[in-house]
Amino acid sequence: MDASIFSILALDGLTNGAVYALLALSIVLVFTVTRVIYIPQGEYVAFGALTLALLQAGKVPGTAWFLLILAGLVALIEFVHGLRQHHGARRLLTDALRTLAWPVVASLLAIWAAPRGYPMLVQALLTLALVTPFGSLIYRIAFESLADASVLVLLIISVGVHFALVGLGLFFFGAEGFRNPSFWDVRFNAGALSLSGQAILIFAVTFALIVALALFFERTLRGKALRATAINRLGARLMGISSTGAGRLSFTLAAFFGALAGLLIGPTTTIFYDSGFLIGLKGFVAAVFAGLSSFPLALAGSLGVGLLESFGSFWASSFKEVIVFGAILPVLLWRSLRDPHDEEH
Amino acid sequence: MKTFIKTTLASAVMLLASAHAFADVNIGISLSLTGPGSGLGIPMQNEFKLWPKTIDGEKVNLIILDDATDPGKGVANARRFVTQDKVDMIIGSCITPVAAAIAPVAAEAKTVQLAAAPVGVPPGADHWLFRLPQGFNVMAHPIIENMKKQGVKTIGFLGYTDAYGELWLKEITKDAEAAGIKVVMAERFARTDTSVTPQALKLVSANPDAILVVASGSGAAMPEMGLVERGYKGKIYQTHAAATPDLVRIGGKEVEGTYVVSGPAVIAEQLPDSHPSKKLAVDFVQKYEAAYGPNSRNQFAAHSYDARIVLTKVLPVALKKAKPGTPEFRAALRDAIEGMGRTLFSHGVMDWSATDHWGYTNETGVLLKVENGKFVVVN
Amino acid sequence: MTPLRRFAFRFAFPLFALVMLVFPALPVPDFWITQSNYIGLYTLVSMGLVLLTGVAGLTSFGQAAFVGVGAYTAAYMATTLGISPWLTLWVGILLAVLSALVVGAITLRMSGHYLPLATIAWGLALNYTMANMDWLGKYDGLLGIPTIHFFGKDLGTGRGLHVLIWLIALAAALACSHLLDSRPGRAIRSLKSGTTMAEAMGISTLRYKMVVFVLAAVLAAISGWLFAHFQGSVNPTPFSISKGIEYLFMTVLGGVGQVWGAFLGAAVTRITEDQLQVLLPRLIGTSGNFETIVFGIVLVVVLKYAPDGLWTFVGRWFPAPQRVRDWEGAAPLALRSKPQRGELLLSVDKVRKQFGGLLAVNDVSFEVRGGDIVGLIGPNGAGKSTTFNLITGVLPLTAGQVTFRGEAVGPLSSRQIARRGISRTFQHVKMIPEMTVLENVALGGYQRSRSGSLRAMLRLDRAEERSLFAEAERQLARIGMAAQMHELAGNLALGPQRLMEIARALATDPALLLLDEPAAGLRHKEKQALAGVLRQLKAEGMSILLVEHDMDFVMGLTDRIVVMEFGVRLMEGTPAEVQASPAVRAAYLGTEH
Repeated sequence: MDASIFSILALDGLTNGAVYALLALSIVLVFTVTRVIYIPQGEYVAFGALTLALLQAGKVPGTAWFLLILAGLVALIEFVHGLRQHHGARRLLTDALRTLAWPVVASLLAIWAAPRGYPMLVQALLTLALVTPFGSLIYRIAFESLADASVLVLLIISVGVHFALVGLGLFFFGAEGFRNPSFWDVRFNAGALSLSGQAILIFAVTFALIVALALFFERTLRGKALRATAINRLGARLMGISSTGAGRLSFTLAAFFGALAGLLIGPTTTIFYDSGFLIGLKGFVAAVFAGLSSFPLALAGSLGVGLLESFGSFWASSFKEVIVFGAILPVLLWRSLRDPHDEEH
Repeated sequence: MKTFIKTTLASAVMLLASAHAFADVNIGISLSLTGPGSGLGIPMQNEFKLWPKTIDGEKVNLIILDDATDPGKGVANARRFVTQDKVDMIIGSCITPVAAAIAPVAAEAKTVQLAAAPVGVPPGADHWLFRLPQGFNVMAHPIIENMKKQGVKTIGFLGYTDAYGELWLKEITKDAEAAGIKVVMAERFARTDTSVTPQALKLVSANPDAILVVASGSGAAMPEMGLVERGYKGKIYQTHAAATPDLVRIGGKEVEGTYVVSGPAVIAEQLPDSHPSKKLAVDFVQKYEAAYGPNSRNQFAAHSYDARIVLTKVLPVALKKAKPGTPEFRAALRDAIEGMGRTLFSHGVMDWSATDHWGYTNETGVLLKVENGKFVVVN
Repeated sequence: MTPLRRFAFRFAFPLFALVMLVFPALPVPDFWITQSNYIGLYTLVSMGLVLLTGVAGLTSFGQAAFVGVGAYTAAYMATTLGISPWLTLWVGILLAVLSALVVGAITLRMSGHYLPLATIAWGLALNYTMANMDWLGKYDGLLGIPTIHFFGKDLGTGRGLHVLIWLIALAAALACSHLLDSRPGRAIRSLKSGTTMAEAMGISTLRYKMVVFVLAAVLAAISGWLFAHFQGSVNPTPFSISKGIEYLFMTVLGGVGQVWGAFLGAAVTRITEDQLQVLLPRLIGTSGNFETIVFGIVLVVVLKYAPDGLWTFVGRWFPAPQRVRDWEGAAPLALRSKPQRGELLLSVDKVRKQFGGLLAVNDVSFEVRGGDIVGLIGPNGAGKSTTFNLITGVLPLTAGQVTFRGEAVGPLSSRQIARRGISRTFQHVKMIPEMTVLENVALGGYQRSRSGSLRAMLRLDRAEERSLFAEAERQLARIGMAAQMHELAGNLALGPQRLMEIARALATDPALLLLDEPAAGLRHKEKQALAGVLRQLKAEGMSILLVEHDMDFVMGLTDRIVVMEFGVRLMEGTPAEVQASPAVRAAYLGTEH
């Protein structure tokens, strides 16, 4: 292996790692706030990429219909719940409207705009608008009422959500894959290294998002409220911070990041309806490397996984998964011995 | 509690409610409708949906179950077919390991299995097994011939880490060796991988004369694009699972000039009129695309079409000997299939015999080339 | 308990066993037998998960990999080497044990969320390794596995095999329930609530984690062996991570803490999956895509309304009956030699504990003599509980020495110190709420008994169990709680819970009893009862060191008091001296200006 191959592999690994980082950050965020180990995080990636692909082909993506149905379902459930709690008519109505507003507008917009072939940037924004609300809706339908259940039960529920989403993905997008055109078609050459515009975009977006997240958590009230809920749920509630609100926000952010990752990764690879699981798993690996708590470590871990994958594929491509997942074990061991033992309940 | 009761009741109802009319012909079909094999199973199911309700005046019931690309589920499906539904024939699966797992179950129940995958079984174990698709040796033949013609001396391999990739690797290594061509490097990748840059790098630096990419459907585009992006200038060959419009849809300009081997069914219009399968191939393509849209034609769906040809030919023969639902009928079906002789399929000329349950000859495969986004027959 | 209920409970299991074993002889459709075989196979794996995840709290996604170990061993040895299945079974089990020991040694030291991820990691790694080995048939796997023969009779893949599968499954269930109701079982059940209490009772938590892990792996490997001969072929797919996830949710669905929940979870999952496959196409008209969707939704819905699994519904009909009191006249357990009155028992010599920059305990020294009650008091944050933790080995010493009965115990672990005769209670009560008071106290007798897991599973430990329960009852009687011995520990109020903890500590037959804030949170009457118990213990010659806040409680009870403030020993003396001391008053109330 010479320097040029090394640098190409390193670049490839870092590019993939940056995308995994988006997922790792989402998983850490969701876990710290809601204690849900969110296995279906990767599905947002697939949904994002495939929704854009269908929009590009001028078809109405099934995501729009699914969003409408899901929003309707959530609104209905909460309406019934509100009736039982004897909420006033006005409150019931405003709650329902608030639930339905964004999903309805986004879906109708998508249905209207799909055949009109708008530029890719517009379609990308539309995709984000379609996939992001899924986070909160899924949280409300599957997790909110069980917010105090054990981590294991929440994990199994997220497995159930994963099965449902993969099945729906097959239904909406079919068995064949899609590849989206690049957002930025240039190539920068430096010797043997060839940096594509998309790769630059990936790094820029990931970096910007990390900075934005850091600022969000440090400087804004909403962000601090999220952190407070993550540290101590009951204490935060006593301070007037809504833990359900925090949960919904963290899930929404996770969906946003996932969809964004799907848009960024789309051009470099073919995405299938079931591509999400393994990508999410690698993000999960990085998240655990971060102890499911530290954002900088999640980033470092993701880059590490990307690099390991890249170099592992080069050395022994048929054993790539064995290398990536086998190499985690000593890392986990080291991490676990480093952390103070806390009594798990 | 309510959910528990409901589940139990539903289960009880279902267990009691499965009664089939035994005068009909029942065919159990196990396909991969979910999981990695769904790209093969779903088109096959689409073609099965186009089957008529009766063949030769006898009502034919198709029981289609998903095996999710899992041999365990395939076995469970097969067991259900033979014990619960008492089928007269099993068709499936479209994925080799699943079909291999089903084979002993079908054999034990003395039921014909039309495998939709080119599955190899231990010698002597295919008494009840007939394969609908072409074997790997048949499909490799045109590739090797073309390589010889073009003076290719070294080849590289970039294929799926699954049974399909594995079987192609074995086949091409064997045939290449016999033709004096050396396989210098074999790299593997998974369908859902986010990048094949490392594998492509390795292959490109080895710079063989030609590279064989083994993948299916839309998954076949990314590896080839990876090679081209890394600057590979040699010839690229693809297998018949890639002979779909998805390859061109995703690959675009970068897959121009690729050689793809295919069964005759999907290039129906381009076949010379003298080609024995032309009429059937055209019929298949027209009916399939009328139902599922232009350019939806599929390599694997044609095998479902051919299965119907089999039934049309053997049902009358077997019905004379026994009634559906009886072991004698199943045995009669088997004998009839074996005795079918030379039969025209949309995918070529099938010639099953007592000693050969594969049936296709080496001339069946057609080599295509991607030109201007279309598959064109290579002469 | 009504006679009908008692009858139902006693005969439920034998009846169930009889039905399942006779099932194949009945004229039921072959397909039901096939389903039942699958359920039996899944149950074996699920049972291991009940122990591992449900009872011990170690979430594992990797059980499918161990099934693969068993299955591939059986397949390879039968097809390539032509060895009889009855021998390959033992080889498979041995390989499972070895691989579990290796994997467990790495993963079980991890805590919290690292463990499940590690199981995903090696589950995936093992699966991909199996899929890449040429001699294991790679992706096609191994075909043509012969069926099992029993004394010449071919068991086949249907009714004959059903008997074998269910014999093994039922035997395993029996063994597992026996295990859970025994000395090692109580140790395993203590794993979930953390390691501190268990180690303080002398239990090696790592060892029992390994035991459960290996046991789960063995059960999975046996299931794999049966699976290979049932299916006739093996290939990597059934041993993938998705199957591992499936086994886990089967277990949670059934009721993750119950061995019998494994049967329920496996059955419901299998039947639901199967019926969805058949029912949905008839309802909707197409097949394939909707099964996974509906299955996922069903999973979420069921867990929403039954988060503890489906067995909770069944459990209401079969609540466990009270333990039969059969230990009258059981052999007493061995006693250790007790210190003489006035003998130097514990010597704490300039102990120091530093947490980074914080000096929590600063050169504290004091002594405890045989037969004394010594109180350790001080304002909040003085370092009292830390000192306790230093003495009992929960925290390592930064400097200083602790000597107990002439032996330096500073460098020893919590377990080893417990073995030498120091026993303790905790500031926050650490007990196992799902066990009865009697069983919790019997946990204290762990170090005085010897039955291992194998003996427990074979129910050979009954004599020792009777001795343990007799001892536990004796200790409960000593503190006046014998009437509540069959109550679930989680149902007790805080006061009785603390007393139970003391009984448990007494069951270890200690030479020195350390009580960490035993009166905290107790009402006045409960405090009086506690004080009475402690005085009685002292009258019997027990030496006690106790940490407390309540002045009245301490003053009336102790012989000597050690006062700490900011990690430093402020003074030591009789209660009267301490009460009179201006320095102590200043520490508690502040100085006058």
